[in-house]
Amino acid sequence: MRALVFAVYLFLYAPIALVVLFSFNAGRSASEFTGFSLAWYSKAFSNTFLIQALVNSLVIATISAALAAVVGTMAALAIERMGPRMRTIFDALFAAAIVVPGVVIGIATLVALAAVFSVINPAVASIWPGDRPPQFRLGYASIIAAHGLFSMAVVTMIVRARIASLGRDIVEASSDLYATPLGTFRQIVLPQIMPSILAGFLLAFTFSFDDFIVAFFVAGSNTTLPIYVFASIRRGVTPEINAVATSVLVASLVLIFAARLLMREKKPRKAGGVE
Amino acid sequence: MALQAGTRRSLVTAGLAAPAALWLLGFLVLPFLAMLVFAFGQRAPEGGYLPAFTFEQFLNLPARATAFANTLMLAPVGAMLCLVVGYPVAYYLAIRAEPRHRLLLVSLIVVPFWTSLLVRTYAWMYILGSRGLPNLLDMIGLPDIRMLNTPGAVLVGIVYGYLPLMIMPIYVSLEKLDRRLLDASADLGARPLSTFIGVTLPLSMPGVMTGTALVTILLLGEYLIPQLLGGGKVFFIGNALVDLFLQSRNWPFGSAIAVTLVVVVVVVLAIAMRIAWRFAGTRRVDLV
Repeated sequence: MRALVFAVYLFLYAPIALVVLFSFNAGRSASEFTGFSLAWYSKAFSNTFLIQALVNSLVIATISAALAAVVGTMAALAIERMGPRMRTIFDALFAAAIVVPGVVIGIATLVALAAVFSVINPAVASIWPGDRPPQFRLGYASIIAAHGLFSMAVVTMIVRARIASLGRDIVEASSDLYATPLGTFRQIVLPQIMPSILAGFLLAFTFSFDDFIVAFFVAGSNTTLPIYVFASIRRGVTPEINAVATSVLVASLVLIFAARLLMREKKPRKAGGVE
Repeated sequence: MALQAGTRRSLVTAGLAAPAALWLLGFLVLPFLAMLVFAFGQRAPEGGYLPAFTFEQFLNLPARATAFANTLMLAPVGAMLCLVVGYPVAYYLAIRAEPRHRLLLVSLIVVPFWTSLLVRTYAWMYILGSRGLPNLLDMIGLPDIRMLNTPGAVLVGIVYGYLPLMIMPIYVSLEKLDRRLLDASADLGARPLSTFIGVTLPLSMPGVMTGTALVTILLLGEYLIPQLLGGGKVFFIGNALVDLFLQSRNWPFGSAIAVTLVVVVVVVLAIAMRIAWRFAGTRRVDLV
């Protein structure tokens, strides 16, 4: 049994280790290690297309995760206050946002935006006073919105789990002591749900940073890092891709460890007092 | 001027819910409706959309039967493989592993799941490609073995990518298991195998169900693994969709396939929930 489990861990980590190892290969070969070198890293990171893709990914992930954290937390608080019927509707929509495959989310967003743009762009052009009316097209905003949908649902799920484990007694004590609802929220509720909001933000960031399929449909002529990596893989396997892949791995590892630390910070307490 | 407390309360609730509601409406509900409209439309000669109400696109679905057959075959088979490989690991982690090592061992299972699937799949392109394992086999006298672009390669990629998602729910349900039941079973003279079959396995069924359903549903929409490891020979519905939208530009037909995919996902989900109800007490799975 031990041996089997060990084999599974080997299975999980050996391929990643191989990718990392060959990113330091001095030679061009993807199968023969000829010496240690950082040449592929310097080659990868002096590539302007790669840098542009990286910057795009970072901007998109930051904005979509921040929006998702704010909107998702607001939704989590709202759902707690809703009647059963509205709650069911929101539950269903959030579940759909998580369960519907990314490829379908990408397509549906593409189709809808194409339809909207085909109406809006001529309309704007016809009333635009100048020569060059603004054109709405796919880009940053459409990727941010499409990533934010899934991210928001994830944040709402995490924050709701945290709210469910909060003690209601302390909230009631706060209002008994004449704190305004806003004061209670700022001083009692928010500090307690903050770690879960931050964890949600980091997970959302990681999702957006790693997502390929949704962005593939709604990126228009823009490139994100996964789209760039995908395109390079199709051109052929080189240690340069390994260097990029290793960097992507390290980035997501850092984020995921930060998220785990935040979620572990306080052990969830048993819900006490009046529900 | 003072609003009634109830009115104020619902105004605040509405204000908090509004941004999320707008987002869900604008980027989930409306896009899905637009896709539905396209699916009943016709393809314009230059690749656009002609308004119509026709079932033509849905009647044309058999043209992509291979993609559906591959997906509906390999997704459940892949999930079963994950189960076969993942169950012993979950069992070991929950029951056999030393408590002080448990947290680390569990983390090591979860962490790969949160790193780029693209990179992890690339790792296998690398291993199964002609300069990887086949090259090694060639050296020991087994030439001309092709591994990449076969159903086997896609299944390896699937197990690699989705194993953590199978192990975690099973681990959670096994970890909750009351050890005294196992002792009781042994005290009453059951051999380890019959304790496993009579006690452990039934009590871990909620986790098994959750894991299998999660993995199957996510696999139904998979694109990267068949694309990179199946190389156009073993393709899923997701690959057919990318082709129809980004290469052949047949949006109405693509929309019909996407709508059908959602229906398939909903049906699988409904079946899973139906079965899961029989195992009451399913807990939510903590993936992070």
